[in-house]
Amino acid sequence: MKAAVIRFPGSNCDQDCHYALQRVFGISTDYVWHKDSSLKGYDLVVLPGGFSYGDYLRCGAIARFSPIMKAVTDYANAGGLLIGICNGFQVLTESRLLPGALVRNRSLHFICEHRFLRVGATDNPFLNLAQPGQVLNIPIAHGEGNYTADQATLEELNANRQILVRYCDAKGTVSEAANPNGSLNNIAGICNAGRNVFGLMPHPERACEARLGSEDGNVIFQSILKYLKN
Amino acid sequence: MNTTAVSLPQDPEITPAVIAKHGITPDEYERIQKILGRKPNFTELGIFSVMWSEHCSYKNSKPELRKFPTTGPTVLVKAGEENAGVIDVGDGWGIAFKMESHNHPSAIEPFQGAATGVGGIIRDIFTMGARPVFNLNSLRFGAISGDGPNVKTNRRLFSGVVAGIAHYGNCIGIPTIGGEVYFDESYEGNPLVNVFCLGVLKHEEIARGAAKGIGNPVFYVGAETGRDGLAGAAFASRELTEESKQDRPAVQVGDPFKEKLLLEACLELLTTDAVAGIQDMGAAGLTCSTCETASRGGTGVEIDLEKVPKREVGMTPYEIMLSESQERMLIIVEKGKEHIVKEIFEKWDLPYAEVGVVNNDGMMRVKVGAVTVAEIPARQLADEAPIYNREVSPKPAPVALKNLPKTDVGCALGKLLADPSIASKVWVYRQYDHMVRDGTMVLPGSDAAVFIVREANKILASTSDCNAIYCALDPREGARVAVAEAARNLACSGAIPLAVTDNLNFGNPHKPENFWQLRECVEGLAEGCNAFNTPVTGGNVSLYNENPAGAIDPTPTVGMVGIIEDEKHVTTSSFKDAGDAVILLGELGNEMGGSHYLKVLFGRKEGIPPRVDFTKELALHDTLRGLIRQGVVKSAHDCAEGGLAVTLAESCICGKKTLGADIDFAATGLQPEVLLFNESQTRVVVSVAPAHADAAVAFAREKGIPARRIGTVVGGAQLAIKADGAEYKWPVADLSATWYGSISSLMSEA
Repeated sequence: MKAAVIRFPGSNCDQDCHYALQRVFGISTDYVWHKDSSLKGYDLVVLPGGFSYGDYLRCGAIARFSPIMKAVTDYANAGGLLIGICNGFQVLTESRLLPGALVRNRSLHFICEHRFLRVGATDNPFLNLAQPGQVLNIPIAHGEGNYTADQATLEELNANRQILVRYCDAKGTVSEAANPNGSLNNIAGICNAGRNVFGLMPHPERACEARLGSEDGNVIFQSILKYLKN
Repeated sequence: MNTTAVSLPQDPEITPAVIAKHGITPDEYERIQKILGRKPNFTELGIFSVMWSEHCSYKNSKPELRKFPTTGPTVLVKAGEENAGVIDVGDGWGIAFKMESHNHPSAIEPFQGAATGVGGIIRDIFTMGARPVFNLNSLRFGAISGDGPNVKTNRRLFSGVVAGIAHYGNCIGIPTIGGEVYFDESYEGNPLVNVFCLGVLKHEEIARGAAKGIGNPVFYVGAETGRDGLAGAAFASRELTEESKQDRPAVQVGDPFKEKLLLEACLELLTTDAVAGIQDMGAAGLTCSTCETASRGGTGVEIDLEKVPKREVGMTPYEIMLSESQERMLIIVEKGKEHIVKEIFEKWDLPYAEVGVVNNDGMMRVKVGAVTVAEIPARQLADEAPIYNREVSPKPAPVALKNLPKTDVGCALGKLLADPSIASKVWVYRQYDHMVRDGTMVLPGSDAAVFIVREANKILASTSDCNAIYCALDPREGARVAVAEAARNLACSGAIPLAVTDNLNFGNPHKPENFWQLRECVEGLAEGCNAFNTPVTGGNVSLYNENPAGAIDPTPTVGMVGIIEDEKHVTTSSFKDAGDAVILLGELGNEMGGSHYLKVLFGRKEGIPPRVDFTKELALHDTLRGLIRQGVVKSAHDCAEGGLAVTLAESCICGKKTLGADIDFAATGLQPEVLLFNESQTRVVVSVAPAHADAAVAFAREKGIPARRIGTVVGGAQLAIKADGAEYKWPVADLSATWYGSISSLMSEA
């Protein structure tokens, strides 16, 4: 089993993802440079958080054109497991590997804090060990995490059970008050129709050790491990 | 002496007016002519003006700075030797850390001023070969509450500075995990933006900023040079005036993405054997980096400005040498290893150019092609700026309070918790990515930030502290308290202090009262650092912090770093469980001078500020650490602004859940205002499981620390305090809403 963490020049959660995969979950993990063009031999690809190319334009808008993204797209289209966290999620929507878009937070401020997420569908490689309705405590840290999509896309996401996590309160209630950034329907993370590509704004790699305040991110990595082992 | 430097046709004539405009006194001009053996040309005059500014030369403060303790068994790189000091933390690992100010740029352009401050301090750290792992900051603004004429401006500055720090730190991926923010009218028009960065490295990875090896090529790497930040160091070394807005070109523009590339490329390069010396281009840019590396190496450096990557056409040598464009470094490369630099900087898509060579004549020589446009002895330029012993004139000693104004004690706590200097800074730190790098063990808002550096497996605690009201009333005692409070905050987090960086923010040193404050504060800090065995490893001096109404309150900010020996010792300030006993370590106290009670409720900054006795303070910290090692301490919170009442309220509300407490002081003989709000030092409120309460009190008393159980965490909906027959009650939900919401509601007001 082998994982790749894609390294854009402005990635800054690449080391955290590498640490979580390799040290916490024992998955052999490589960094793959944005100028590379092959992803042969990987069972999991991670697009980490950060500011891929500075993101002075729209977040992820330039990353989409990097050499490695051609390989990432081919890998995903062939059914490979792909997860985009924070900036990685932004890159996925810019690349049209996931529908919708991520725009400025409603408050116009960057927001970093622990947040509760309510698990939606679990029939996918990323949450198969979680219970539907389970509440996860996972931090967010973004300025542009306000998920938006047109009505048709939203209906499709719901119909296909592609909304995997929504912002909620500690009790699991999905409400406007529990929405940190203005995301449509409190959406925090979605998968594609093929259920092999997952994008989410919260950072599960920051919630893998009790000493850092939460271990609730583990269920995502353990689910992936379980899926890959089978 | 070689005197080949030419004047260029476009250069202005050097007249007394031009010299004065460069901030150079007639005596200094004499000295320059003596060094050169001739008159300087315009470029050389500019070079001297920035290198001999206070910001670069410390010409006014150096004799004072020598009073700091700077040595110790853990000091690997001393203050002043390099860009930042380095301290041993064991197992072959070291930490490089420093604090620096960007006050004047932030007054003029808060977003970029603060952002480039962060960029500059980060460069200082990775120049040492260290990977930056976290940032802190200490910020001060004029009032953002009330109906003063400048409230809106102060809010704009505050919000701009916070956004600028967030912009830079978040993008580069270094967590901003703590600090302090104060609001006081003395900072109106002249906010303080002190930024701190800490990095880690192996002992053998320490990089030096010396131009070693005659014949070695000199490389320029990073962003192109533009006209931004022209002579910023000189700008920072004069008072802000109404006309300062026209100095906007002296403010630099930051590009954190570029700095991220530069950081990674430089750290990658430093793992090779290609680097003979490395220096960032911060204040005074290309000028400072060339003459300082030459001076440290005992060599000379010659550069050709035609080869310097430039953002704009038609820049004069004067402009290129004085530009403070950000994200640039100077690297002395081992001859024959140039290809390594090329490979790495091409990988990171960064500009680089071989711009010169190290030679043996001790000169900083600047050429444009074949023409020499500046030629100055490097050591004399970098290290022999004139040193001044400024005149001092003591301010009158503070006068004891004659009478203490009384108020409704119940309302007073709410008003104190709502005061922006005391209120939660969640509005601020929520905008900073404080969790990236996966090491933040204690989130912002506790007594000190705690971070585990995974690569070194070391847990570090860090805090910045200074109560400038105390310093305004009694600069020496205020500075002593700043060190004591920093050490106390570390002890409350379970840490042992290691070392200090300081940022000395004062007014114009030519005014004897200001210089007296500087001297008193430095001596107070030195006393504190000696007492806690924490050498000063470097820092920054920022003078000329004035607005038309006068100088700022003297603000000697202390950044202290400590180490936590065991993960189990990490302690936070919030109550944890209902049923726990609340214990006060230290006296009840009675000092009201300089208190926030007086300032917030009555607008009075007066009285004799609290005294600190270092022997008692140290004994308290040792006792607290002893209890923490025994594993009995569930929370520890120091008493500071707002006194015991604020400390208790914060412990009730600053955790994951709010917990009420029943406190009973019995008979104290103190007025309730004094009991609840005095700011006497050397006090900590801890909570322990009820079964450990008696033993904890006994342990402290054995060590000579006054200790008493003052109540219980009851977990209900209220904080209740009984004393001398009276009882006060506050719903914790109200206290929490006030404390957390105050700044955000002020900032959302139109």
